[in-house]
Amino acid sequence: AISSMGSRKRKKQNERSEASVQVSEFFVNAEGTGEKVNLSDLLGTVEKTSGASNKTKKQLRNLQSSKETLELPLNKQQTEKIQRGIAYEKTAAEVSCWRNIILQNQKAEQMVFPLNQESPGPKRVEQVVAGWKVQTPLEQEIFRLLHINSQPVDDPVLTPVEEQSLKAMSLEEAKIRRAELQKARALQSYYEAKAKREKKIKSKKYHKVQRKAKCKDFLKQFDEMVKTNPEGALEELKKMELSRMEERMSLKHQNSGKWAKSKAIMAKYDDSARKAMQEQLQMNKDLTQKIVVPSDDEHESNEEGLETIPDFVNDSEPVIDSVNPWMRGQLTHEEPEVSCVTTEDVQTAEEENEEEELVGEFERKRKLRQADEEDLIPTEEERKRAEDVVEVSDKEEEDDDDDDEEEEEEDVSEFNTLFRLMRSEKTLEGSNQTREGLNTPGQEDEEGLLNEGQIRVRNIEDLEVLGEFVDPQPIAEPSLPRTAAVEATSEPPYKKKREIDLKEVLTKEAKAVKVPFLPTVVDEEERDEQISIIKEAFAGDDVISDFIKDKSKLEAAGRPEVVDLTLPGWGEWGGVGLKPSRWKRKRFRIKTAPPPPRQDQKLPDVIISENRNASVASHQVSQLPFPFQNTAQFESSIRTPIGPTWNTQSVVKNMTKPKVITKMGAIIEPMCSGNQQGAITHANTNIKNNSTVYTWIPPATAKNIVFV
Amino acid sequence: MKVKVLCRNPDDYVRETTRDIQRVPRNYDPTLHPFEVPREYTRALNATKLERVFAKPFVASLDGHRDGISCITKHAKSLSTVISGACDGEVKLWNLPRQECLRTVQAHEGFVRGICSRFCGTSFFTVGDDKTIKQWNLEAPGYGVREEPINTILGKAVFTGIDHHQRESTFVTCGQTVDIWDEQRSSPIRSFSWGVDSFSCVRYNPVETELLASCASDRSIVLYDTRESAPLRKVIMQLRSNTLCWNPMEAYYFTCANEDYNLYTYDIRHLDVPVTVHMDHVSAVLDVDYSPTGREFVSASFDKTIRIFPKDKGHSREVYHTKRMQHVICVRWSADNKYVLSGSDEMNIRLWKANASEKLGLLSTREKAAAHYNKKLIEKFQHHPQVRRIARHRHLPGDILKQKREQREMKEARRRREQNVRKHSKPGSVPLLTEKEKHVAAVVE
Repeated sequence: AISSMGSRKRKKQNERSEASVQVSEFFVNAEGTGEKVNLSDLLGTVEKTSGASNKTKKQLRNLQSSKETLELPLNKQQTEKIQRGIAYEKTAAEVSCWRNIILQNQKAEQMVFPLNQESPGPKRVEQVVAGWKVQTPLEQEIFRLLHINSQPVDDPVLTPVEEQSLKAMSLEEAKIRRAELQKARALQSYYEAKAKREKKIKSKKYHKVQRKAKCKDFLKQFDEMVKTNPEGALEELKKMELSRMEERMSLKHQNSGKWAKSKAIMAKYDDSARKAMQEQLQMNKDLTQKIVVPSDDEHESNEEGLETIPDFVNDSEPVIDSVNPWMRGQLTHEEPEVSCVTTEDVQTAEEENEEEELVGEFERKRKLRQADEEDLIPTEEERKRAEDVVEVSDKEEEDDDDDDEEEEEEDVSEFNTLFRLMRSEKTLEGSNQTREGLNTPGQEDEEGLLNEGQIRVRNIEDLEVLGEFVDPQPIAEPSLPRTAAVEATSEPPYKKKREIDLKEVLTKEAKAVKVPFLPTVVDEEERDEQISIIKEAFAGDDVISDFIKDKSKLEAAGRPEVVDLTLPGWGEWGGVGLKPSRWKRKRFRIKTAPPPPRQDQKLPDVIISENRNASVASHQVSQLPFPFQNTAQFESSIRTPIGPTWNTQSVVKNMTKPKVITKMGAIIEPMCSGNQQGAITHANTNIKNNSTVYTWIPPATAKNIVFV
Repeated sequence: MKVKVLCRNPDDYVRETTRDIQRVPRNYDPTLHPFEVPREYTRALNATKLERVFAKPFVASLDGHRDGISCITKHAKSLSTVISGACDGEVKLWNLPRQECLRTVQAHEGFVRGICSRFCGTSFFTVGDDKTIKQWNLEAPGYGVREEPINTILGKAVFTGIDHHQRESTFVTCGQTVDIWDEQRSSPIRSFSWGVDSFSCVRYNPVETELLASCASDRSIVLYDTRESAPLRKVIMQLRSNTLCWNPMEAYYFTCANEDYNLYTYDIRHLDVPVTVHMDHVSAVLDVDYSPTGREFVSASFDKTIRIFPKDKGHSREVYHTKRMQHVICVRWSADNKYVLSGSDEMNIRLWKANASEKLGLLSTREKAAAHYNKKLIEKFQHHPQVRRIARHRHLPGDILKQKREQREMKEARRRREQNVRKHSKPGSVPLLTEKEKHVAAVVE
């Protein structure tokens, strides 16, 4: 009531103290103010203005016509959820820019921590003296000039232009490019070194041979060139023509030289001189011959003509004691090449050999080791195995049982001393066994498990004792006494189970280069002497026949027997003097499939025992370990020695380099702290040692950090 | 006749100075060094044995606290300094090489819940049960000057953890909410909360420094971005996680120490399934810390052991324990990747070698080469049964062993039961869950 009373008076006063909504710009007392602006009001003006697009006009008109109420805004929880979702996506994307770096890191052969180490060695003055400013006018002038050309001012390590180009290239590209450059550089340096080395060689013969080889090579290439690059071939042809002309003009290869004259005199008496002369004349002939570009069919026919009979055809089997197989392998191998060819052949062959040797010496030296491995290992192996088996060959069959018995005896003797320990460890063993049983589902994890027990290891002896008990391996495969029938019918168990045989792992790769004890070229007399010596040595015992007998015995034992299940009288008449019928015999004699061929099947003078050696078995790997795909892979990984006994120092260093190197007393900072730029830099990649030192600079997400 | 003269270049066999090592002519002809593999195998076996014999990881014990150690932190700039807080509110600064306490501060009433040192290494922060955050100078006060914090902030609730930003002057605390503080202000610049819960641990991501992760008491792990207004995502597990630690070299991995005896490594981009489940402890895991190289982490457990796990392996490579060490509350890996520090209930901080059989101190080149060779040999022959057996053997106290066995039985029983249930129900109604999938209850967006 009071307000209503006072309201009139107030209105009349019409006094204004401060700007308010009610006040119009033009009139002090505005009419219609405070009313809401409707869409229609705006629409009127929009229709008139030409600037507004038709689309907006249409939208506005639609809005005006629609009577529906607007939807409620989402509730708080949902909005937050959406916000969180967006924020999470963003962060996830941001974080995954580290992915490449992390993967690279995981793959890296070696990591050096702390990551962004400064490179050792002297630094540039510009890097050391920071905050140095130009002062004198001259300096200023110079620096202005430098700036114009965007030349380095205070850090001449990289010019701005270079930096820009570096940034423009992506990391992978940069790396690839770098690798290419390095490769090219390395190749160049190798080539240079090779050229230098060859140039240094003083031997005239070598160079001559080289020249010849080059010539041969060139001819070969020329044939191809005719097909592929006619213009180039034409040029080459011209060159050859030129040399022909020169040859025709000069008398270089004719009989007019001093040397030629002297040879001509000597030719009467000396065969070689005659030959040299002939050669020279031949050379002349070759050079002066007109060159005809051969067509294809000619080429082929030429080739056919050139085809020579392979060397081994000429080799004849040397006459040696064929009874004694020991004599065959070693001595004869080297000989036939040299001894059993005609003299002319010898000469040409020798020459060729020399050439080839000179040219290919380097390669051969390099490949020597590989070749040795491939060639000689089998023979080495054979020999070893043969030796092994010859010793034990007598009682191959009884071996198993004997071994077992012996083992048992030993066990008994050791048992007393170990019994005390065993009792204390019984629980542990039990637990181990149970674990063995339980953990079948998680096989991979089992690999990483620690063997935790109550044994405290203090010295080496403890470790040995530990071996006696914890190791489940020897128990794993007891050798079973097999009946003859079973043996006959079933394959030997060791064959079925493809295992990583330590024998293979440990002996096969004994990569021994066989150095012949005798000179490779042996005179007939010497050889005869040798043979006679060996004969004398083995005069009393007939080793060979014994050996053959043993081997055939073993083979027979390994062969499956025919199991005869015929029952006489079953289904037909039986009695004395009656044989079961033929079909019946056929029907009930069961032949089992033959076992896989013996390893020594094709080696007449070797017996390879295929029995499993129990004492070695405990050291053998029974399952293919995880990262390896097949046994061959694993064996090859084991085969390469890494020790300094077999490798040069640098190789050992390279092979045994640790995965992580830390600097003593240095704090290892987390990955990104400190650096503000954006890429991984391979600061000191060393192509020779193949070790990469990674230096970290965080990724190139020049982030526009927006604080919401 | 041509006479060939044998002559040798003296450079090949004469030393330049007497300090040079003697040139040793070596013939690498393989015939002269046969049986590589058997010989290397023997060497590997010996190396393994020696490694075990020389495995003496325990270096020192720092005693002086008068209550259980509740938290440890490393000095940001000095390797030899370590700060530890105890359950009686006392904070001690230690010098590791001299194995002595440099300074003792009565920082809080009640527990010291968390310590973190500032990135510049000039000061450190503590939070305690008395609802305060205190900043302390790392320099000791002058003679006769009272030990007083540089700054004290009184909060509304108890703070349970603190962590400092890598480069900026902000830090984060957790309690009833996760608060981000500026060092200059007395109130948080931002608080995150998501439902009603209390947090036990919060950590900054050392690589992506704006990311945060926290463990909450409602069994969840929550991710935050300090640039966003809301938390990012939450993963709820079967049991509570006590602490977590980010991998300092791999931005998107973190590992959390769980009450269910396991540790879980997560990729924050795929939170629904942990990347790896690390099992071996036989009691709740209380703390975890990554090695600065990001390759391994160390975990402390209520079962009185410390274990070292490779980051991508399900089982530990090492277990440390001593007779006197009780429940291990906190553990840290030193910044030079050489040592591990553990603080336990019985008031001692213990210093362990991170690599049990490593020789400490400077090594000569030959020693180093031999060590590398041995390590490589062990690695090469690691799959051979004898080598593996010796390398994997660890001594464990009886009660832990017993618990382990018990748990194995329980696990097996559970597995069997599940199998039976599956066998007797409609095919497909009982899904086959992997170990990784079992432990995540839900991922909340």
